[in-house]
Amino acid sequence: MKARVVVTLKPSVLDPQGQAVGRALGSLGFDEVQGVRLGKIIELELGEKDRARAKERLTAMCEKLLANTVIEQYRIEGLD
Amino acid sequence: MMFAIVVFPGSNCDHDVYHVAKHVLGRAARFIWHKDRDLRGADVVVLPGGFSYGDYLRTGAIARFSPVMDEVKKFAGRGGHVVGFCNGFQILCEAGLLPGALLRNESLRYVCADVHLKVENAMTPFTRKYARGEVIRIPIGHGEGNYFIDDEGLRRLEGEGQIAFRYTDAQGKRGVRGANPNGSRADIAGITNARGNVLGMMPHPERLAEGVLGGEDGRRLFESVVDAVE
Repeated sequence: MKARVVVTLKPSVLDPQGQAVGRALGSLGFDEVQGVRLGKIIELELGEKDRARAKERLTAMCEKLLANTVIEQYRIEGLD
Repeated sequence: MMFAIVVFPGSNCDHDVYHVAKHVLGRAARFIWHKDRDLRGADVVVLPGGFSYGDYLRTGAIARFSPVMDEVKKFAGRGGHVVGFCNGFQILCEAGLLPGALLRNESLRYVCADVHLKVENAMTPFTRKYARGEVIRIPIGHGEGNYFIDDEGLRRLEGEGQIAFRYTDAQGKRGVRGANPNGSRADIAGITNARGNVLGMMPHPERLAEGVLGGEDGRRLFESVVDAVE
């Protein structure tokens, strides 16, 4: 099964990369942009059939390595 | 006394630390490969600067799981002296030996320059040869040195005297344009744990520890910890 983990900075943490991209969009005429946050996408292939079990393991992976929960939040997507 | 310098794949300031320990201070120094599980009688463990594991995922995120880190944690737990410079500081935060985390510099640029630091706490084993409030000059070289900690954590650091160094201008003034090179919260350049036996800092004292290199303000940090151990 394939899964995707999305890691972004917590809302309370300043994201200078997102701000830079937001300013660039603004200067290109995309005036409607009010905020940009950058993050990373981690795609995983799992040799696990059980969805609940996979989710549990992915959560452990996020907590242990994939995200630093001092500054980042994560969500797990696309378990199919 | 013996300095143990941990070598991760991608460490590049390990030899600088070795040089200071061995040739400037005349103390024993050893490299410890990150896969070793034996600190071999170390009195001080140094996590040097560099780009361990290519900074993949996050700085220090993978290095913290190196086998040697279990021993470093135990050593610190027994009160052993542990210090991390630059990437070493990032690893100590990822490992949970120090609070907070290091983010991308606010400018999004890698900054390589001499900066001024104010010694905020001169009672730690790493700062006892400095005077409180003294301004020293130490180089930095990093793209991810923007120290972050939440409000509660910051209050704790301030309350417990865990802030060792802050970025200031040459007169020791905070908040002056350009004094804080990376956007660190509360101008924090280096912190200790609550017990005071673990120090992490983004600047590189090992790069300015003898006159021939243009300054020796970094040397007293090493002399401090020698004094604390001996």
